[in-house]
Amino acid sequence: MSGEICPLAAFRAGDRGLVQPGAPEHPAFQRLLAMGLLPGSEVAVIQVAPLGDPIEIEFGGLRLSLRKSDAAAVQVLRLG
Amino acid sequence: MSKDKTRRVRIALVGNPNTGKTTLFNRLTGARQKIGNYPGVTVEKKSGPWESGGRAFTLVDLPGTYSLAASSPDERVALDFLAGHLDGEEKPDAVVCVVDASNVVRNLFLASQVADLGLPMVIALNMADAADRAGITIDPTLLSRCLGVPVVRMVATKGEGIDALGHAVAQAVDHGALMAQVPWPEAVDRAVKYLAAGLEKEGASLLAPGELRRILFDPRSAVLERAGWPAGSDPAPLLGAARDVLSAAGWHPLSAEALLRYEHLGHLTAAAVSFPEKRRRSPTERLDTVLTHRVWGLAVFVLMMFVVFQSIYRWAGPFMEAIEAVVAHVGELVAPWLAPWPALQSLVVDGVVGGVGGVIIFLPQILILFFFIALLEDTGYMARGAFLMDKMFGWCGLNGKSFVPMLSSYACAIPGVLAARTIEDPRARLTTILASPLMSCSARLPVYTLMIGAFIEPSFGAGLAGGMLFAMHVVGLAVAIPVAWTVNKFVLHTRPQPFLLEMPPYRLPRLRDIFWRMWERAREFLVRAGTVIVAMTIVIWALVYFPRPADVRERVTADLSVLNDNSAIDRAVDAAYLEQSYLARAGRALQPVFDPAGFDWKITVGVLASFPAREVIISTLGTIYGVGHDADEDSDDLRSALTRDFWTHGPRAGHPVFTVPVALAVMVFFALCLQCGATVAVMAKEAGWRWALFGFAYMTALAWLGAVLTFQLGTLWLEWSS
Ligand SMILES: Nc1nc2c(ncn2[C@@H]2O[C@H](COP(=O)(O)OP(=O)(O)OP(=O)(O)O)[C@@H](O)[C@H]2O)c(=O)[nH]1
Ligand SMILES: [Mg+2]
Repeated sequence: MSGEICPLAAFRAGDRGLVQPGAPEHPAFQRLLAMGLLPGSEVAVIQVAPLGDPIEIEFGGLRLSLRKSDAAAVQVLRLG
Repeated sequence: MSKDKTRRVRIALVGNPNTGKTTLFNRLTGARQKIGNYPGVTVEKKSGPWESGGRAFTLVDLPGTYSLAASSPDERVALDFLAGHLDGEEKPDAVVCVVDASNVVRNLFLASQVADLGLPMVIALNMADAADRAGITIDPTLLSRCLGVPVVRMVATKGEGIDALGHAVAQAVDHGALMAQVPWPEAVDRAVKYLAAGLEKEGASLLAPGELRRILFDPRSAVLERAGWPAGSDPAPLLGAARDVLSAAGWHPLSAEALLRYEHLGHLTAAAVSFPEKRRRSPTERLDTVLTHRVWGLAVFVLMMFVVFQSIYRWAGPFMEAIEAVVAHVGELVAPWLAPWPALQSLVVDGVVGGVGGVIIFLPQILILFFFIALLEDTGYMARGAFLMDKMFGWCGLNGKSFVPMLSSYACAIPGVLAARTIEDPRARLTTILASPLMSCSARLPVYTLMIGAFIEPSFGAGLAGGMLFAMHVVGLAVAIPVAWTVNKFVLHTRPQPFLLEMPPYRLPRLRDIFWRMWERAREFLVRAGTVIVAMTIVIWALVYFPRPADVRERVTADLSVLNDNSAIDRAVDAAYLEQSYLARAGRALQPVFDPAGFDWKITVGVLASFPAREVIISTLGTIYGVGHDADEDSDDLRSALTRDFWTHGPRAGHPVFTVPVALAVMVFFALCLQCGATVAVMAKEAGWRWALFGFAYMTALAWLGAVLTFQLGTLWLEWSS
């Protein structure tokens, strides 16, 4: 559903969204911020690993694999 | 800047992981440090001399990091070096920040943090070739003007831009160009002043504003530790109060730095960097749709591993035979020369040629394994493997980042243990260090192939032999997971850590890099064969050759004189000498320890002699069987000697020493045992002696248990099936 805000962990392969201001207390979020996953930037989920975790995401020309427990720290606005 | 002429000017290479720092370092210094297409290849500081334009520098290669908020030990190395906190070392005179030209803004985040430490800087805009291909255009002159520091366009792999870099570095050192400062909002300045005042009151050493900002933004910053905080007092209240200044102004202290720096960098680079109108689908994206796919990705992974082990087994054959023929020929050549001195002849022919030569035969297989590992590392597949395997590692306290150390350990556990430095959580790191030596390293390959070649292939065929080799490489992994789980559950308790791993673009590996790594490994192997293994072999030979009382020969000759067959008598004499040698006596005394695993005294001795280095088992068996039969006789290979050995004493007398269960038990023992002095030493360096000894003890116990179980179950199976 376009326009819905949900954690990045809820995305499936192929979904895209805009990062929302989130919880910087989460250690993963701080590291993601340093890598440039800032509020307002676009992020896409590319693949989900065979056992459902981790996921591979893409933002700003960077491909990153991260666990769903870490992806849960990032809130995203789903794009169509 | 130091004007001291006796000290060479020191230049540090910093940058995000996998941007080509080490490639550049190797280019400039002529060194051969390891490079690879995955983040976290370099985990230690390395330095080398660099001469450019008549100036002499010392270049320092550092581990890559995304941010100075270091969270793993390798990132700490980079931070400590740049901040001048490393023991006995001052800050570098200037830094070269290696930036991936396809990801300028993200890479400059680190550069702007480094600039805050007050270090003159040059930006090396590396991988310009890849940026060109992606349609990204960058104007280095304009970018340089915007940032306030020299920017050099480079392709480190081809050596492009090296001279310009030398020039720019000399400039930076002489004129101290600093990167444009972030226009910090007033609240940040106020918080920094507050911190400075508080630190002064506490009597802590004075820090520069840039360092104070590090402490302000990064609650776990290592800089804090070095601020000379008075013992017994807690810095938390002061830091909390300083951060409250930020919060009151509407900045979250944990996200303020990233937001402010990225905003600033976005402005600075906007004019100089332009992206293609329509983003092209890169080859990496297309490959990843298959290689990280939840079904196809896994299928390709398993298939690839299967092909690797089949090839190791099959391709090596002709090369091994060639080396074997040369070794045998050398033995035949020198034997007649040394005939006047039987002891010396035996030492050279049975000991050195038979023992060490027997080890060298396995070089081709080790090289093929290295070839494949280098291929995985350089194409960028390693990170994909970590992605596919993370979940399987995760539940036992390891994580996807353990994958790289563990896979490296298939080549050799030493770089594997070192690579564990990329893991943030100290306990997950320790678990990885303890589990890595269980991965089947290339030094175990000779043992597997000897046993498989002698006992599995003849009865089950080459296809199953390759499969068996694969299985042996899985045994260690299969054991490592429950071991990690147990260590985690009862000894360490790791808490979950963020697992973020960059997936680098796929790159075509450069054959030169791959062959260089194979050559390095070959050299190391031959040096080992020429030192540790020769030394062990000479000791073993002496123990197996002596004593030589004359009455043994007389007695046997008298007993067998009726035979009238001189070569049979000679063989019997040699066998009799062997049976009363020092080694045989010691071996028989110790054999009961390994009796439940079906080992005779020769295997027992071989296993025990192999604790300094695994390959010694081959040279030991080679020497024992060499001395045990007439040296003038056409020297048989070790493989057939094994199949013709029978128990002489005890309940199994008359039965072959090596059966399929025994061969399997030997392989399992070697798969699980930590028989490598160098690995134990590296574990001690990385985790302390207590953990190294723990690792050694648990692996030895597991190995014995595994061997006994294998032999007993194998024997039961044989009885049941016949
Ligand atoms: N296309 C291209 N590839 C490059 C260039 N420079 C380096 N590489 C490749 O990039 C990969 C990473 O190189 P390294 O030198 O290991 O990178 P690093 O920055 O030392 O990495 P870490 O030690 O992990 O931080 C290797 O596969 C290199 O072959 C370049 O200029 N162009
Ligand atoms: Mg490196």
